[in-house]
Amino acid sequence: MLRYTLLRILGAIPTLLLVIALAFVMVHAAPGGPFADDRVVSPDIEANLNTAYDLDDPLPKQFLRYVGGLLRGDLGPSFRYVDRSVSELIGGALPYSLMLGAAAMSLALVLGVGAGTLAALRQDSVLDRLIMGFSMTGISIPVFVVAPALILLFAVKLKWLPAGWSGAPGVGRYVLPVVTLALPQIAYIARLTRASLIDVLGRDFIRTARAQGLGTATVVRVHALKPAMLPVLSYLGPAIAAILTGSVVVEEVFGIPGVGQFFVRGALNRDYTLVLGIVVFYASLIVALNLVVDVLYGVIDPRVRYR
Amino acid sequence: MSRTIKASAVFLGVVALLALVGPWLSPNDYVTTNFEKLLAPPSVGGMHFFGTDDLGRDLFVRTMLGVRVTLIVAIVASMVSLVIGVAYGAVAGYVGGRVDAAMMRAVDTLYALPFIFFVILLMVAFERNFLLIFVAIGAINWLDMARIVRGQTLSLREREFVEAARLAGAGTTRIIFRHIAPNLVGIVVVYVTLTIPQAILVESFLSFLGLGVQEPQTSLGALVNAGVGRMESASWTLLIPAALLALILMSFNFLGDGLRDHFDARQAS
Repeated sequence: MLRYTLLRILGAIPTLLLVIALAFVMVHAAPGGPFADDRVVSPDIEANLNTAYDLDDPLPKQFLRYVGGLLRGDLGPSFRYVDRSVSELIGGALPYSLMLGAAAMSLALVLGVGAGTLAALRQDSVLDRLIMGFSMTGISIPVFVVAPALILLFAVKLKWLPAGWSGAPGVGRYVLPVVTLALPQIAYIARLTRASLIDVLGRDFIRTARAQGLGTATVVRVHALKPAMLPVLSYLGPAIAAILTGSVVVEEVFGIPGVGQFFVRGALNRDYTLVLGIVVFYASLIVALNLVVDVLYGVIDPRVRYR
Repeated sequence: MSRTIKASAVFLGVVALLALVGPWLSPNDYVTTNFEKLLAPPSVGGMHFFGTDDLGRDLFVRTMLGVRVTLIVAIVASMVSLVIGVAYGAVAGYVGGRVDAAMMRAVDTLYALPFIFFVILLMVAFERNFLLIFVAIGAINWLDMARIVRGQTLSLREREFVEAARLAGAGTTRIIFRHIAPNLVGIVVVYVTLTIPQAILVESFLSFLGLGVQEPQTSLGALVNAGVGRMESASWTLLIPAALLALILMSFNFLGDGLRDHFDARQAS
């Protein structure tokens, strides 16, 4: 198990470097420097700016310096927020995003697996059709349509929950954003769970368990659920990516001062270092979380460790 | 073929037709502002079927234009992902062995990355243009296609006609493109139907954030974004494009799913 974990960690490093290099090259291959579209400055000032931000060095050298900074947790200065470093900006916004993402992911897992199990056990019943119909709707409707629709219904019309962030302290302000973010994942995980559980319930070892006189509840809980969770586990990587992507929209619509909002602002202001920093940060987070998922996979299914 | 598939196909056909000819059915165009009629509610008599926006522009024409842009982006992006995905999957599946293992490991790795962030990075670094949006969306949506095509190629590779071609002296490239690729058409068509809604999602996501299509051009995502700011006073500016976008996505998903089931059933029998 230790060997497997170490191999996985080693395998993640090149991925991480590739991602950072890709993002770095993309930004630096752009025509014109970061100051090109500002008001016109004299060539002397531009030269000074370029020197101050080390933009005169050859690209490989800049890249090495960037990676070196990364290792120390330094993502460089922001080009638009004067006197703030990218690490500071991300650090300040992170707690909100983390809270939002973790809550949405947990909600998605609990409700998704629950609904999927119910649907699988009552296959082709009215309940099954309802759950699958709902989940198809959930997959199809984009987050940025769900968010305003929920605000319109629960905040504007019914006035049950706050629509925005700033004017509403307390837990209530988390409800709509978390639900919005979790909804498509609930739908997807429910479908995965249903398909996988139906498949597992048809296998021989389940028939054996039933033949031994075990009730449905025991068969599902003890024997079927664990192998049925493998596809769900492998979906967690893409799910995390989807939740991060969705959080950009959710933070924008609900006005949550998280990382996603800085990302959009940065993109609209062309704040190169900020956008690059957030992409690198998110990509690293995803690679790291995927590593965790991979290791968990090895725990649940020992066969993958010996491949 | 179930009723859902038929209903989805008919709905998409009607929407596409409306998007094509709709703007001519209205006396308005998509850029003319009318400050006498700001945020007018939908009315047939007033010739604004979907109302007007905060600049008094006719929302029916703008919505139809948005559907047009959304569909074009989605179809072109799907074609890009189709070409990349089929080429990549067919090569991996046909060559096999270590090459296959390495190529598929790369796909697995790419799968978990937040590609949309790279697309946004691209939009920030370079001037935004239509072509770039197409290519970027296509470039992130080919992974599923590559996986499916590879699986299919693995089984096609063992069939007699491929062996016959090999015996007749055909090279690897020729076998892949002349003998394997034509046999992939069925499954590829099904998965393109499922790729289109993903492409629509990415495009409308970018436009929603203000990073996609630029004014006065518009797309469903941009219209939804404009509607969010006005939803309390003029809910139709949000509800109409949002509902249309959701219905289009749902229809493509139902259509793709249905076609896949139909195709799978046929293959199993």
